[in-house]
Amino acid sequence: MTEFLQHLANGLSVGTIYALIALGYTMVYGVLKLINFAHGDVYMVGAFAGYYLGQVLGTEKEPSFVKAAFITMGAMVICGALGFAIERFAYRPLRHRARLTALITAIGVSFLLEYGFQLPPFVRSPIEFPPGPSPRFFPQLLELGEPFELFGATVPRIDVLGFAVAVVLMLGLQWIVYRTRFGTAMRAASFDPQVAGLMGIPVNRIISGTFVLGSALAAAAGIINASSRPKIEPLFGLISGLKAFVAAVLGGIGSVPGAMAGGMVLGLTEEYVAGYTSSQYRDAIAFTVLILVLLVRPEGLFGKGQVEKV
Amino acid sequence: MRSFRAVSVAVSLLALAACEQKKKEAPPAPAAQGGAPAAGAVILVGHVASLTGNEATFGDSTDKGIRLAIDEVNAKGGVKGKQLQLKTYDDQGKPEEAAIAATRLIVQDKISVLLGEVASSRSLAMAPIADQNKVPMITPSSTNPRVTKDAGKTRPYVFRVCFIDPFQGTVMAKFASEKGIKKVAVLRDVGNDYSVGLADYFLSKYKELGGKIVDDQSYKAGDQDFKAQLTAIKAKGPEAIYVPGYYTDVALIARQARELGIKVPLMGGDGWDSPKLFEIGGKAIEGSYFSNHYSYEDPSPRIQDFVKRYKERYGVIPDGLAATGYDAARIAFDGMNRAKDWTGEAARDAIEATRGFEGVTGVISIDADHNAVKPAVVLEIKGGAGHYVATVQPDAGPSASSQAQPTPASPKPN
Amino acid sequence: MGRARAFLRSVAPFLVGAPILALLQRVIPPGWQPVAVNAGVDVVLAVSLNVVNGFTGQFSLGHAGFMAVGGYTAAKITLALAGVKIAFLPEIVSDQLVFALALSAGMGMAAIAGFLVGMPSLRLRGDYLAIVTLGFGEIIRSIIENMKFLGQATGLSGLPAHTNFAWVGISAIATIVMARRLAVSTEGRALFAIREDEVAAEAMGVDTTGYKVRAFVISAAYAGLAGGLLVHAILLVTPKMFTFIRSIEVVVMVVLGGLGSVTGSVLAAVALRFALEGFREFQQYRMVVYALLLVVLMLLRPQGIFGTREIWDLAPFRRLPRPRPLAPAPGGASPTEVRDDAGTGRRA
Repeated sequence: MTEFLQHLANGLSVGTIYALIALGYTMVYGVLKLINFAHGDVYMVGAFAGYYLGQVLGTEKEPSFVKAAFITMGAMVICGALGFAIERFAYRPLRHRARLTALITAIGVSFLLEYGFQLPPFVRSPIEFPPGPSPRFFPQLLELGEPFELFGATVPRIDVLGFAVAVVLMLGLQWIVYRTRFGTAMRAASFDPQVAGLMGIPVNRIISGTFVLGSALAAAAGIINASSRPKIEPLFGLISGLKAFVAAVLGGIGSVPGAMAGGMVLGLTEEYVAGYTSSQYRDAIAFTVLILVLLVRPEGLFGKGQVEKV
Repeated sequence: MRSFRAVSVAVSLLALAACEQKKKEAPPAPAAQGGAPAAGAVILVGHVASLTGNEATFGDSTDKGIRLAIDEVNAKGGVKGKQLQLKTYDDQGKPEEAAIAATRLIVQDKISVLLGEVASSRSLAMAPIADQNKVPMITPSSTNPRVTKDAGKTRPYVFRVCFIDPFQGTVMAKFASEKGIKKVAVLRDVGNDYSVGLADYFLSKYKELGGKIVDDQSYKAGDQDFKAQLTAIKAKGPEAIYVPGYYTDVALIARQARELGIKVPLMGGDGWDSPKLFEIGGKAIEGSYFSNHYSYEDPSPRIQDFVKRYKERYGVIPDGLAATGYDAARIAFDGMNRAKDWTGEAARDAIEATRGFEGVTGVISIDADHNAVKPAVVLEIKGGAGHYVATVQPDAGPSASSQAQPTPASPKPN
Repeated sequence: MGRARAFLRSVAPFLVGAPILALLQRVIPPGWQPVAVNAGVDVVLAVSLNVVNGFTGQFSLGHAGFMAVGGYTAAKITLALAGVKIAFLPEIVSDQLVFALALSAGMGMAAIAGFLVGMPSLRLRGDYLAIVTLGFGEIIRSIIENMKFLGQATGLSGLPAHTNFAWVGISAIATIVMARRLAVSTEGRALFAIREDEVAAEAMGVDTTGYKVRAFVISAAYAGLAGGLLVHAILLVTPKMFTFIRSIEVVVMVVLGGLGSVTGSVLAAVALRFALEGFREFQQYRMVVYALLLVVLMLLRPQGIFGTREIWDLAPFRRLPRPRPLAPAPGGASPTEVRDDAGTGRRA
């Protein structure tokens, strides 16, 4: 039982990260029907932005709550700007082309971020940028003390905090999407961009806003993950991004609650598969579960069934 | 189904035509001019490394080590009066790219010696090319036995300066059993041949010595979370966990093990050797053991000088891969210096005759299987650095036909 | 079209291609020969993936998995038969026959895998299918990594060096011929119909599921061929050669060449491989340049190099005797051109 609870705690911690990244995928997909392949790398950039901000502020010496919040916000702003730029220069010119075209530019942007960050530094002070291929230690943002003990399962406090932050962010997103004018416009643009445009909705601005929101969430995920697992390197967004995309599809791509549920389900599935069956087949079994779910529910857990118009 | 018939016609034609073509073709050129003497004043040294991709950090370190070695040799007048120049090609960590890069270096750039790769899978792709073109190749850190000896035949032109998996796996098994550890769990990187190799040899030796393996879990390089495996391992109650991976993952594994309340030591191999492990692992990695080529505390000047010069040049402490890269280059140049002429054959013969070479990573002798024979040291991590615990000599087994003659300057435990 | 002409259309490319291959082999410097071999393998991959992604409009991300199946099967066979010589044949012929057998077996096994993956495509479309194919690719790799007799992470080494310029060249031509013959056949039209509108195609009596599975099987078989060729060129097969990055690289080639354009895929595959090789001197900067190139190329030419057309549809080649066109396209766009306004109105 202790083991079961421990796995639950572990799985939720990983699932939170997947869910936060998956939200970015799913929102962009909702409005553009585009797999933003570079999203996993935005998550990576988020963690590095936090790392650099931390260096400038000197968190290593005296961590504090204000600084942590500032770093998280700063990273979210930086990634929001990055998301905006990616959309403006790499995707918007291709908006009315075949969807796979934009996918290739997305892959190009993804490679650019990954390999660009692997270059040897050409700026040396105050920060070393790009960071180069060697992994970096992400300093502790907060001094939180010993992990919680719950029925024998140990839960690091940073994971609890991360989970709480993630839940707040997701509720905030839910509020934005369903309770604000921007959210209404976003849903309208997702429903039918052309008609939305005819109704006076500034579709371009809405799409930019969606990218900014998604990228900011990815940055938050990057900080939360790096605080709990303090190793960052230029390629660490690749696998997490892929898994988060799987989570988004699992939950029903385009659906905001679906992305959250998909992330949690994927995190827990991986955890229990590795813990109770065989960890060497973890990825294989996780993907098998995914395929089985999609065969039973082709539109994902929360996706709406599509009616094909002829 | 017309097109499908066309397909079958195409396929059969494919087979036929290829046979025709092959018969007409001249027998493969015997690569006569492979490893041709460098006519100019500069000798090219080739290095294939993963400068980008998932394993870029390993290729980067190795390349830095090699560059240091080249500059030192050049400053001392080069090899037989000729200056050396390094040409590094990136392979993105892909075997097929490594093969292309090796061919280009050898055939087009006419390098005299080929260095690389870190990973055995890439070295295995390069080895046949070196053999075919008669250019000596020295791999700094490919530990799979098949790199130098495949299907019972030693590859004539391929050498290594690192341990092989069987040796290093058994080192830790012996160490664990001598320390009185009865139950061990294994956590291996299932996608990495180095890790799987070490784990397999550790398992068999440790069982032979009477130890018990309580769990055998896997992860994949680049994973962020290892708690699922560690939770399962914790439930089995081992007295130590063998994690033969690279420092990039081990640092996180150690942290997460401690977070779960696992207090037993971790054990690993030379893939751990990097200051990054101590930086990222922090307190969590304290009290763990790993086998390595050398101890930082070894007072002998060849090690201390290397560490000092490397730090001066790159601003960081060298990791194990930088040290093996440095040694691979030094052994290559030493061989070329002793070779009777500039051909690949002569360099090969000279490198093969290397005995008791005083490298940073130990006193290296090349044995009949082209492996480096040198003792391993076991280090304990204390205070953010590895501290010498024990030296394990290679078995006088079939692979160690020529033992290292001079016993290495044994580092003194603090 | 008479049987004789159909036969000629299948054979002529080989007759034309053989001297070109022989010439290329002489012209390309030895240091670049492996690059050419890899480019040829890329051509086989890109053209075969085009059958699924370009012709049928299904988004597959599992090509590397099929490659792995073909590569491992072929490697196992050549290793097992390494010492075998067919009695009455000279050794060199015998070796080639063994290799042909190994490649065919690899194609066969990959085709079976393609059938298994093609099945879910009956129910899924778009990005859901992409994820499932990606999942299959990773499952295949994961299984191989854990198989003792396939060498686990180390893989199999010491393969005989069978792959040469001729084998790769002829395989590439065979793949191109297959794709072009398929494109102008009834079956090809059915695939295009599925791409344009699946519901409409179904309504017109096209057996959509059957054709989709067939497209998968053909595509997978040729991916298996590419796998077999590749492993016998670098004399080694390891699971690391077949990661999903490899699948993505092939998708890039197909889209860059133009979805549905066979000659576009060929050109993109060759150009990307040689460009990457030309940048090798840049070391770490090479991949950054490559990434920028991808973005810029796509922005400049969003429809791919040739769009959905073939090289002979372009103005400078119009006057040449052309293969039977897909449809008369006087002045206007080819009817198969993909127009997709970012999924407008797809959701109901």
